[in-house]
Amino acid sequence: MTMVIRNGLVFTDHGMIQGDVVIEGSTVVSVGDPPPSDEGAFEIDARGGWVGPGLVDLHVHLREPGQEWKETIETGSRSAVAGGFTAIVAMPNTDPAIDSGHLARFVADRGRQAGLCTVVPSGTISMGRAGLHLSHLDDLWEAGARLFTDDGDTVADGGLLRNAMEYLAGRGGLIAQHAEDPGLARGGHMHEGSVSARLGMRGLPSAAEEVVVARDLALVRLTGCRYHVQHVSSAGTLELIRMAKAEGLPVTAEVAPHTITFDHEIVATMDPDFKMYPPLRTQDDIAALRRGLLDGTIDAVATDHAPHASAECEVPFEEAPRGVIGLETAVGAVLAAVDPTPEILFDRMSVRPARIAGLERQGRAVGEGTPANLVVIDPTASWVADTFQSRSTNSPWKGTNMSGRTLATIHEGQLVHQLART
Amino acid sequence: MQHLLTTEFLERVEIESILDLAQGFDEVLDRDIPKVPPLRGLTVATLFFEPSTRTRLSFERAAKALSADVMSFSPSTSSLTKGESLKDTALTIQAMGADIMVVRHSAVGAPWRVAQWVDCPVVNAGDGAHQHPTQALLDALTLQQRFGKLDGLRVGIVGDIRHSRVARSNIYCLSTLGASVTLIAPPTLLPLDHSGWPCRVTHDLDEVLGDLDVVYLLRIQMERGGATVFPSLPEYVRRYGLTRNRFARLHPEAVVMHPGPMNRGVEIAPDVADDGRSLVLDQVRAGIAVRMAVLFRLGTGLAGSKP
Repeated sequence: MTMVIRNGLVFTDHGMIQGDVVIEGSTVVSVGDPPPSDEGAFEIDARGGWVGPGLVDLHVHLREPGQEWKETIETGSRSAVAGGFTAIVAMPNTDPAIDSGHLARFVADRGRQAGLCTVVPSGTISMGRAGLHLSHLDDLWEAGARLFTDDGDTVADGGLLRNAMEYLAGRGGLIAQHAEDPGLARGGHMHEGSVSARLGMRGLPSAAEEVVVARDLALVRLTGCRYHVQHVSSAGTLELIRMAKAEGLPVTAEVAPHTITFDHEIVATMDPDFKMYPPLRTQDDIAALRRGLLDGTIDAVATDHAPHASAECEVPFEEAPRGVIGLETAVGAVLAAVDPTPEILFDRMSVRPARIAGLERQGRAVGEGTPANLVVIDPTASWVADTFQSRSTNSPWKGTNMSGRTLATIHEGQLVHQLART
Repeated sequence: MQHLLTTEFLERVEIESILDLAQGFDEVLDRDIPKVPPLRGLTVATLFFEPSTRTRLSFERAAKALSADVMSFSPSTSSLTKGESLKDTALTIQAMGADIMVVRHSAVGAPWRVAQWVDCPVVNAGDGAHQHPTQALLDALTLQQRFGKLDGLRVGIVGDIRHSRVARSNIYCLSTLGASVTLIAPPTLLPLDHSGWPCRVTHDLDEVLGDLDVVYLLRIQMERGGATVFPSLPEYVRRYGLTRNRFARLHPEAVVMHPGPMNRGVEIAPDVADDGRSLVLDQVRAGIAVRMAVLFRLGTGLAGSKP
């Protein structure tokens, strides 16, 4: 069946073009020109909206296998497409951890069964994320993993990380690091600064992130492996990345929407929906990271979508689990934080993350013959983030007004999400 | 006052009115029958998720002196080990008929969370390293009884400021009452950024010793969160312990305070602890009067509404 996305502002190789996008099967067949015959075609009204490649999230916790009460691959996929994502990289810190090929295949299979978006498995760097022995890197590679991380924990042992980098460098694998020095971060619950002093909470200083990234960059220089800094949180880390890129090292970075929205003052509410690692830092960090995202030093927005059941959050802040959900609020949050042009939004939320993850059918400017993985965004739609497709509701935006939202998501030619327009 | 959670935002008049009430209750404690009826029929529940015999006893003594009934909850006698959430625990205690909850918890903010979930007043009896407001109020009462007023009083708080809810409560309470507070500790026992605090900070006890009216000592532990925060106890004593020598250099009116339990021979020399200018036991007594005042203040509105 033919599908037509009418009257949107379309992200193409020749800039933003006003017009229609026609889809046949899983392929875009024309952009801009009025379709020759659209009788019987399914139409999506994109007036006032931006049409571009489906968003790609490099950092999503789907909790399956092992913690299905928080999220499943199916509910996480539903949350993803509601947020405009057509591909999500599933973090491997599940139970069991994704340290072997059969587990990566399970994740990809469950993603296909859900049938909403492309669920891309990633693999751990160490067996069981224990930081002691290399995981089955070949096996994971054969199963489709291209991004390797012990996310949730840092690979603290420089020797182990170096071996993983050397092993993967030749074939173009990507090491993604959750940078947090275990000694400096020990017992920390929030950014170490004036607010942690007042609240009497142990802090994680920005240095906990920066020392790990600084060390890892030396290992990138040694091994030549592609390296990706997950959820950058400090201005100091941003400067390290800037210098590494200037030097020509194969380094990329992501930032989470909450990191560039809220600062550490909000932790004084004691609300666990503001607890995440790395923690919310200062206004200076936020300003630097926003600039870094706009100037491209930071390549990608990644949500670090981390669902936790509400009962698990009905505890004191310090005892609450780490992380918040973010897929459905990402577009609104990024628009509010940095007011990007559509080109920048699609570049940082689709084109570059797709390239980093090695996803050929994702992140392509819309044109004749490109895969029909598309999103329609209304950059001004106002809405209240009160209900979620995710199985969990631990969102720092819960109950707040947002501006900008995904209207429709098309995955491989299938309409997988559409918002009723009022 | 709906709850008592922190001293940070307490107004001077509010503190003074609690201290006035407490002074009245202090006199009640001297009577043959040290008991008054205002909270008769009310139940005060103490929820101590972190063990503390002295603070719990003090609150229970205060509640009983006001003729309230007391209900005690502690993890060792509860279902906490079964993984119940704080919210479920709080709602369960409320359903059993608690009219006021006194909450102590090792995690910062736990009493705030409880106050969001329950309908009754909540008293923070200590949350992590954050706040312990009745401690600061009892310290203020002790000082008021000794010096008449706190205006201009020079108070030095010595020791583990970084991990101390007693310090955080006193910094705000004592300075609101007009005292000038100095924090004295090695850098590893101070927070990284204390720029917003109404006090001054030094690493050198001997430099300020002669200028203090009050030396307030905090309990010292070498290990914090698995990390060593100073090289050795003897080294700490050498620089920050209130030894006999240092005690002798205080001006003659100066007093010594400690929230307890003391490490005799570490932050405080044994005979300094027993000296007539040590107010440690006065603090304990003031604690009962202050907690009576707080429970009275929070409970009297409720008493009227009971059938």
